[in-house]
Amino acid sequence: MIEVQSLSRYYGSRCAVDRVSFSIAANEVVGFLGLNGAGKTSTLKVLGGLLLPSGGEVTVDGVDMSSNPTDVRAHIGFLPEDPPLYTEMTVREFLHFVAGLRGMSTAEIDARIGEVLAKTNLEDVSDRVIAELSHGYRKRVGIAQAIIHGPKLVILDEPISGLDPVQIVEMRAVIRSLRTESTVLVSSHILSEISQTCDRILVLNQGRLVAQGTETELAGRFHIGGSIDMKLRGDRDQIHSLLSAAPKVKKVIDLRTEDEAVDVRVSMESDAREVLVKLLVDADIGVRGVTDAHDELEGIFLDLTRLEGES
Amino acid sequence: MRTIGLLVRRELRSYFDTAWGWTILAMVLILDGLMFNAFALGTRERYSAEVLSDFFYLSSGTTMIAGVLLTMRLIAEERQTGTFTLLQTAPIRPVEIVLGKFLGAFTFLSIVTLLTAYMPALIFVHGKVSIGQILVGYTGLLSLGAATIAVGTFSSALAKNQLLAAVIGAGLLVLLLLGWLVGQVTEPPLSGVFSYSAIFDRHFQPFMKGRLNTEGLVYYASLCFGFLLMATRVLQLRRLR
Repeated sequence: MIEVQSLSRYYGSRCAVDRVSFSIAANEVVGFLGLNGAGKTSTLKVLGGLLLPSGGEVTVDGVDMSSNPTDVRAHIGFLPEDPPLYTEMTVREFLHFVAGLRGMSTAEIDARIGEVLAKTNLEDVSDRVIAELSHGYRKRVGIAQAIIHGPKLVILDEPISGLDPVQIVEMRAVIRSLRTESTVLVSSHILSEISQTCDRILVLNQGRLVAQGTETELAGRFHIGGSIDMKLRGDRDQIHSLLSAAPKVKKVIDLRTEDEAVDVRVSMESDAREVLVKLLVDADIGVRGVTDAHDELEGIFLDLTRLEGES
Repeated sequence: MRTIGLLVRRELRSYFDTAWGWTILAMVLILDGLMFNAFALGTRERYSAEVLSDFFYLSSGTTMIAGVLLTMRLIAEERQTGTFTLLQTAPIRPVEIVLGKFLGAFTFLSIVTLLTAYMPALIFVHGKVSIGQILVGYTGLLSLGAATIAVGTFSSALAKNQLLAAVIGAGLLVLLLLGWLVGQVTEPPLSGVFSYSAIFDRHFQPFMKGRLNTEGLVYYASLCFGFLLMATRVLQLRRLR
């Protein structure tokens, strides 16, 4: 779907993107992860057609971006960090206008607009002026304009920035729903966000692609077996001794203990969650929940940026 | 063409939906009306053709000011608010963006200019002027307006913000206005070049007097073409920066 070969982007003599190469398959949700200034937005701007690359090649669905920029832009939907909105228009008018810009006929727009409003949960506010909408709704209007023409590639730059927790949950669902008809490229510097919405992660640091793969692949590469958070019911000391003695367990850390409710984080050499659950259940310890520890990706990311800084 | 039409409608709507458009419209009508009453009509008896000529002379100033004010926001404001991204990521070429913006502003300026027609109509009813002189005068006024809008579109493409766009646009127009003055103090062939480059003196005055000036029409069309071409080039270059 997207092939990027040795992409570079300079601003004057400063290199923002340094010979980055990657490919993304159709209907994949891929996350761009990096600290502020890592080159995420510059890369996305080149992919979105806002900037021309200083070097390298980008092809979208086999079409070269440098030689056919207008054709390629027809297949791309782009949402920058601040949604580009004509705030004096209603949501419906705005989407009509954007769809027209993207070459859709009136009949096509009429057929598509309801579908997009439903997908982005904007039906209730479709006839309201954008200026009156909250930040969360504006972000959704931003996504709606990016997908109105049914693009093959949707690029979302920091889609959850500035959203409250409820809006973040809603936005995640919207992003995940986009994969049914598009390939999605999401950038964020919030690690848990990338981890929860994306199939694969591209890690950028100082303009260079320092790693790519699924969270598990990255964890394997950095010899991190995985950490899990367990919500248990039973005696704290018994839980600790059972888990610490179990095979493949490296470390057990207390997160919270209250009466018989014990929350622990277990670090493992490799995935052993089934074995641990069976062990606990056999010992009559109540297992209320097992989840991936959220700082897993954080550890990987910090390792990657530290290694890159040292090299 | 459909995309250009969309952009024209959007620009027109942005003028009519905001106080900015209505303020410019009111400013032009009030200034033209006051100056028509105070200077063109005056207190002594005059030929109708002279009054009409003075009306077009005075209106040319307000048309140029309105042109600068209308265009300062065209591209610079969209860049400031981030909405220009919408146009840049759409499958449209820079030339279409420039033409859509130009035609939108020019259409609004034309509406404003034509709303002043009640003044020539008063002269026509109460005095003795030909319809031809009125039509030729408005042809000149709209040509001058189009050239001003083209200069303003280029300035707006170049500038980072609206204020700077207005300053650049006004500066370029002043340079073009002063061409005749420089032409008077230089020797041929330079004097001829400066005299020809002046936006008002040589090219607009015949229109004021009812003479359809082909050279003037070619000059204004050339200005439009040149500045719109440069505006397009600026947008193309911005993708490289």
